[in-house]
Amino acid sequence: MNRRQNWLVVMAIVLITALPLWLVPKPGDTPNGQPGEVFGGADGKAQQVISEIAPDYRPWFKPILEPASSEIASLLFALQAAIGAGLMGYWLGVSVTRDKMRKQADRDESGTSGAD
Amino acid sequence: MHIMEGFLPVEHAVGWTLASAPFVVWSVRAVRQRLYEHPEQRMLLGVAAAFSLVLSALKLPSVTGSCSHPTGIGLGALLFGPAAMVLVGLVVLVFQALLLAHGGLTTLGANVFSMAVVGSFVAAGVFRASRALRLSLAISVFLAACLGDLATYVTTSIQLAWAFPDPVGGFTASLAKFAGIFAITQIPLAITEGLLTVLVVNALMRFNAEEMRHLPLFLRRGARA
Repeated sequence: MNRRQNWLVVMAIVLITALPLWLVPKPGDTPNGQPGEVFGGADGKAQQVISEIAPDYRPWFKPILEPASSEIASLLFALQAAIGAGLMGYWLGVSVTRDKMRKQADRDESGTSGAD
Repeated sequence: MHIMEGFLPVEHAVGWTLASAPFVVWSVRAVRQRLYEHPEQRMLLGVAAAFSLVLSALKLPSVTGSCSHPTGIGLGALLFGPAAMVLVGLVVLVFQALLLAHGGLTTLGANVFSMAVVGSFVAAGVFRASRALRLSLAISVFLAACLGDLATYVTTSIQLAWAFPDPVGGFTASLAKFAGIFAITQIPLAITEGLLTVLVVNALMRFNAEEMRHLPLFLRRGARA
């Protein structure tokens, strides 16, 4: 039951993530002939709204380090995810093995007591 | 939910920093004491932090046509209560602010408040309420992580609307605009975060049942769920 529930959950996650890629219509070309952009970051959109509401507002502090390009930024995001996923994988590996060894130990114990 | 560097007026930046600071101090003390009393929980705390690192690095597409990311705070808030997750959220946000120019130091206070303070308190509160209503463990975990994530993005919208009220419609009109970007985009992502959290809790209940029994929110009913 639990295993089936897990698979259903995984499928739901994949669907929720993948469906917007089909559902959202492709934007038309911008006036200057460039193809329109879709799936930009919400943080950037909020920045646009700020400049619409308060056109005179100027950010008063700049990031100390800025990734040199979007490639470098994606490198750092991948690094962040890799550190996290590595830790989770370590935990899962340890836990599964510990569970297996515990069951094995239980079986050995009952096996020897049965033979006595 | 990251308010970009320099994009909050000085008095708001200072205000949110002052609002978050006591929670950070409280969290540092709470984590230190918990690990002193229960050193065996170090691994679970690491899992909670790792989950938040992974999820906040994943920018997922949403039906609104823009991308945003879950926060992963809910899991830890369920396991350890909000006290531990304020510190974890701070670490994740500092990493992103310093290395990725995502968020920022001047907006750190506001971002800690929305993600780590509001997010984890809402998640823990919803979980407690759902368990009190005798909802199943999976449903309670889902609701807690999902609503905690959503609450973070609503908070960000409120923070921005407060700092930048619309010249015509004021705070309300501005809130509608920012919520349109953050909160609506976040709905499917919050559902994803809720589902992912259920998966991890399922694994925890199976493999770490012994440790789970000592966690505050799982104390009463966790054992027989």
